[in-house]
Amino acid sequence: MTNAVPGLAPEVPLALPTPVERVLANGLEVTLVRRPGVPLAEVRLSIPAAHTDLAVADMLSAALFSGTDSSSMSQIAQRLQGVGGSLGAGADPDRIAVSGNCLASGLTELLGVLGEVVTAADYPEGPLSVEQSRIIDTLSVAEQQPEFQVTRALESRLWGGHPYGHQQPSADEVAAVDREAVLELHRSRLHPSGAGLVVVGDIDPDQAMADIEKTLGGWNGAGPPRRMEPLPDLRPGPILLTDRPGSVQSAIRIAYPAVERTHPDNAAQHLANLIYGGYFTSRLVMNLRESKGYGYSPRSRVDHSPAGSVQLTSVDVATEVTAPALQEVIAELRGMGGDPPDDDELDLARRYALGSVKLATATQAGVANYTSALAACGLPLSWLAEHSERLRAVTPADIKRVAVERMSPDGTVAVILADGRSVTGSLSEVAEIEVR
Amino acid sequence: MTVATIPAPAFAIETFRLDNGLRVVLAPDPGAPVVGVAVVYDVGMRSEPEGRTGFAHLFEHMMFQGSHNVGKAEHMRHVQSAGGTFNGSTHIDYTDYFNLLPANGLELALFLEADRMRGPAITAENLENQVSVVKEEIRVNVLNRPYGGFPWLKLPPVMFDTFPNAHDGYGSFGDLEAATVDDAQAFFDAFYPASNAVLSVAGDIDVASARDLVERYFGDVPHRPAPVHPSFAEPDLTAERRESYVDERATLPAVAAAWRVPDPVGETERFLPYVVLGELLTDGDASRLVERLVHRDRSATAVAAHATFMAEPFASRGPTALLIQAFLPPTGEVDTVLDTVGEELERIADGVDEAELARVKARVAAQLLRGDDSVMGRSRRLATAEIFHGDAGFAARFAAMLGEVTAESVSQAARAMTPQRRSVLEVVPGGNQ
Repeated sequence: MTNAVPGLAPEVPLALPTPVERVLANGLEVTLVRRPGVPLAEVRLSIPAAHTDLAVADMLSAALFSGTDSSSMSQIAQRLQGVGGSLGAGADPDRIAVSGNCLASGLTELLGVLGEVVTAADYPEGPLSVEQSRIIDTLSVAEQQPEFQVTRALESRLWGGHPYGHQQPSADEVAAVDREAVLELHRSRLHPSGAGLVVVGDIDPDQAMADIEKTLGGWNGAGPPRRMEPLPDLRPGPILLTDRPGSVQSAIRIAYPAVERTHPDNAAQHLANLIYGGYFTSRLVMNLRESKGYGYSPRSRVDHSPAGSVQLTSVDVATEVTAPALQEVIAELRGMGGDPPDDDELDLARRYALGSVKLATATQAGVANYTSALAACGLPLSWLAEHSERLRAVTPADIKRVAVERMSPDGTVAVILADGRSVTGSLSEVAEIEVR
Repeated sequence: MTVATIPAPAFAIETFRLDNGLRVVLAPDPGAPVVGVAVVYDVGMRSEPEGRTGFAHLFEHMMFQGSHNVGKAEHMRHVQSAGGTFNGSTHIDYTDYFNLLPANGLELALFLEADRMRGPAITAENLENQVSVVKEEIRVNVLNRPYGGFPWLKLPPVMFDTFPNAHDGYGSFGDLEAATVDDAQAFFDAFYPASNAVLSVAGDIDVASARDLVERYFGDVPHRPAPVHPSFAEPDLTAERRESYVDERATLPAVAAAWRVPDPVGETERFLPYVVLGELLTDGDASRLVERLVHRDRSATAVAAHATFMAEPFASRGPTALLIQAFLPPTGEVDTVLDTVGEELERIADGVDEAELARVKARVAAQLLRGDDSVMGRSRRLATAEIFHGDAGFAARFAAMLGEVTAESVSQAARAMTPQRRSVLEVVPGGNQ
């Protein structure tokens, strides 16, 4: 029997594909990546949409494929289905995004559909009202989901009047949207200027570029994108307790500051977040899950958005252990500065981070998602290679420094969604809380 | 309109069997410097003993708690320190363990999987810890949300009468808390011999050296005979069964209807038309039920159909079902939806247009290919094809086999979906009150 855990073979270097990039005359920034593998193509279109009414943007997204002046919803759906394809749209405070895929042999057809809807979507009254009802129905279910409820409370608490503070429209807001508002949003904001189109897969870039010129080259480029204002600083205060009567779990969310991807501390922040709670081997998971059994997937992540960045701990625990779980989270956070990682703990997280980049860019969908997400923050795919080099240079002293600066429990904003009757007493004994 | 020709995934595979009975699949693909390593054991929720609901899943958790040469939590630490990710998942008819790593981590992953194939190191303390973790998982996924477990956990007890088919595979808290270290050892002894498993490796590998490594690490896992898989067969329904329950957090009425289908393994050719039928009914805005229920009649807000309870037609055995589930507007009538589904099935029974069928098949093919985009997905699919169909190469032929499904066979499948053969489960919303 072979008992010794084997070491690793020599490291395989990160091999990022080289995209073909071109800006069309109308301002559309096209990024094409040929990545053979399965005979599919992944498509991502991101259109800047700061300061749109999100209820209207949600309606536009839901009904974008509901018909044009020359095609019905069924015709559009059949064209996509015929090439094994699908397209969907969604909106957030920064952009309206279309995402989909098809058999690589059908990319021309899928781009044809995409070109037709962005230039001529008509939002017919019938299908639009169907989508309106569906959004409202879906929202009624979402509003019962603890994740949705706590996210809504946290965003409001974190960002207040900033557009990020209200990312999920209410049913009333959706019900108030009419067809004219959707058409007006399309006319005023759905433009290629500043928009990015990413196509990744088993494609011929020359052919794809020619198809894009043909289907999207005539898209009206008018209307400069509006800029999203930066996120405000966090305003630490008492823990906000949001009551969810009868909840058998408590959703604990703790936010703390973060720097953006281009900041010199970003690589150290990435690793500090991993060590604290960003991967299975982290302190948070080992303590809360593997030692205490408090929760299934305690975790921490860094969120990078165009308006700014933030770190977030998410822990869902049984109602009866809410207060002790909160104390453990706070202790682990404090421990990042007080008991910083040594070389071994840092190296482990570093190797994981370096490998993650390779894994995430090993698929067509992964390359498409990463390319599109980075582009939204103004960065090229090759940024991942530079980031990897910076990860290699981070020292334990760097981790301690970023932890002390941005992971202190005193600088956090916390929201807990829970059965108020069961947890208010015990939480009050361990923290200052504000019940809403 | 273009209808694409259906491509098949093009990757070579090599299969062999070790003396201890372990079946091995190697699928080299130099496309990206990563490797997927999956081990699938031929045991799922259906095989857990009475009084131990949820045990197959709990045991999957215990396989991460250490083994002969690997301490608690070290499996995760080793894989992550190689830059990789890992997970396990428990299904109705199988359990899989999978790792995705940069290609230089192949040997490490093989070592770790071989070590726990010789037996996990289960202690009472670790068992108690993981029972707590599993209970939190069930709270997140079932108890604390609207429509938790609907319909995959809630419908089988309506449709089936025997414990293996009808019970809750996530488990009752009472059964989970009653689990012992001895139970775990017995489960391992019965269901986890090498001869009851498939190891699958896909990605940037050299076949000859990968084969050497597999033999080095798995060759001395002892041979033990594979369990005999009992038949889980139950007679089909002769009269409709219908139940309902109140979900306090649900806001919309919902309904699931299911019909028994031919055995995905023993009667594959007769089963495949149901896979195509499911897509024809609900995949996209061009599908029959989405067009009719959602867009024309507005009697449903969302509708979805799939063959087998966990929507994995190529990794399931019988008895199983085709399921149609719909969420209704707040004032919607379940009977209206069921009647309309019946009407649409009758229309399909009368004949299916070849162009429509070709579109649906293109879509099915694209979805199968998407599952092959990641070498981790590919390694898992190759392994389950070997487990269920005795041939990993089957995974590359799914799309072509679905391509051969005829319009008449789809009509015939629809004809068999009569009201007296169906099981219906209705969710009555208690939310908003």
